Amino acid sequence: MKNATLRHRVLALAATAAMAALSMSAAHAHRAWLLPSGTIYSGQQPWVSVDAAISNDIFYYEHNAAALDNLVVTGPDGQPVQAENAAKGRYRSMFDVKLEQQGTYRLALVSDGLIASYKVGNETKRARGSAESLAKEIPADATELRVSQNSNRVETFVTRGAPTTAALKPTGRGIELVPVTHPNDLVEGETATFRFLDNGQPAANYAATVILAGLRYRSELGEMRLTTDANGEIRVKWPAAGMYWLNVAPARAPAQGAPMAGGPGAAPAAPSGPAGTLAEPVRRSNYSLTLEVLPK
Amino acid sequence: MPIRYAAALTAASFAWPAVAADLSLKVEIPRLGVAEYHRPYVAIWIEKPDQSFVGNLAVWYDIKLRNNEGTKWLKDMRAWWRKSGRELNMPVDGLSGATRAPGEHTVQFGAGSALGRLAPGEYQVVLEAAREVGGRELVKVPFVWPPKGSTTTQASGQHELGAVSVTVKP
Repeated sequence: MKNATLRHRVLALAATAAMAALSMSAAHAHRAWLLPSGTIYSGQQPWVSVDAAISNDIFYYEHNAAALDNLVVTGPDGQPVQAENAAKGRYRSMFDVKLEQQGTYRLALVSDGLIASYKVGNETKRARGSAESLAKEIPADATELRVSQNSNRVETFVTRGAPTTAALKPTGRGIELVPVTHPNDLVEGETATFRFLDNGQPAANYAATVILAGLRYRSELGEMRLTTDANGEIRVKWPAAGMYWLNVAPARAPAQGAPMAGGPGAAPAAPSGPAGTLAEPVRRSNYSLTLEVLPK
Repeated sequence: MPIRYAAALTAASFAWPAVAADLSLKVEIPRLGVAEYHRPYVAIWIEKPDQSFVGNLAVWYDIKLRNNEGTKWLKDMRAWWRKSGRELNMPVDGLSGATRAPGEHTVQFGAGSALGRLAPGEYQVVLEAAREVGGRELVKVPFVWPPKGSTTTQASGQHELGAVSVTVKP
């Protein structure tokens, strides 16, 4: 009974976009996330403190700390902001951002590079970098070369005072959120509309997954699976207040979030599927977003 | 005498008697037997029955903290923060006030408040209380403006606010 109620509540995430029956993606589907200490701030000198990790569970750090080399913080004026107190633990990285301006900040781990796998003799090797660096690194006698270009974006938004949108201006690289509903203006029971672009174009028919935090305290994942419409839009009615993890990827790619390039000691994921070349890599994009939904 | 009579006539000919009417709010801040007690932050505003925001009446917070540090917790009055607070630069004259101790408080609002700009219709006074290391609660009390006679409406909170009554009179 209790389970049924919970399932009903979690699955009741209403969506006007078509529900997609995606097959479960690979078992090693790690999820990358940024977890801010809060998303809405008032006062004179607020700071946000953020955990960054790659894990199976959502918002529990139990696998790897996320690399912060590619951390990009954008202030409400659209200018870069320096993160402070960055540190890396075994299972999580952390950093702070001083919210000196009024408005919305964008916090993102952005990676966009080539990943190659190839054979030298019987040995399979993996490498990542730019087209130039890989051209130098991969020997001329390499065989079975497969190259993919991976655009990963893991982000969250934090607002001091009233929400603004300058920091949300699309960069045109990878999957990005266009705020039809502002990501820092979400309330239980209301319906949010989000639009996604991939390299600046509407991410139409992409797979979106929405999961409420707190998996440890319930027996079912209760994820909502959606497909973006022709405009790249999904609509989500929030069934409960809490932190949510949202993932968007092209429908055929793993929807659970590809491992972040740059985890500690993590070998780059071997490209699978169609083989790309250095000149024409297979493009993969993935987007993970942490959202906070507040009580009514 | 004739002059006074003329003045009264002129005032009566205005459609909105906003100048005279007022709203008196009685609110009980409950005494709570908790280990760590902080006086609640309270926002009081007027909205329409469809919950659209009309105007602020008062915001009680820790205005004495140095560097305006009390504003850090204004966001915890979540409903108010979203409807109005996040657009304001506190303190605001005529709105900001100190937190109140447990007990019964009566506050009066007249033409100098948001009531002065109120079109005739149905409204509700909303009180939202948020307490540091405590809870949060909203209480809504309906009223009709402008009042035809003295009218009192009541509501009550469950934990952060006690009895609330709103009396409007012409």
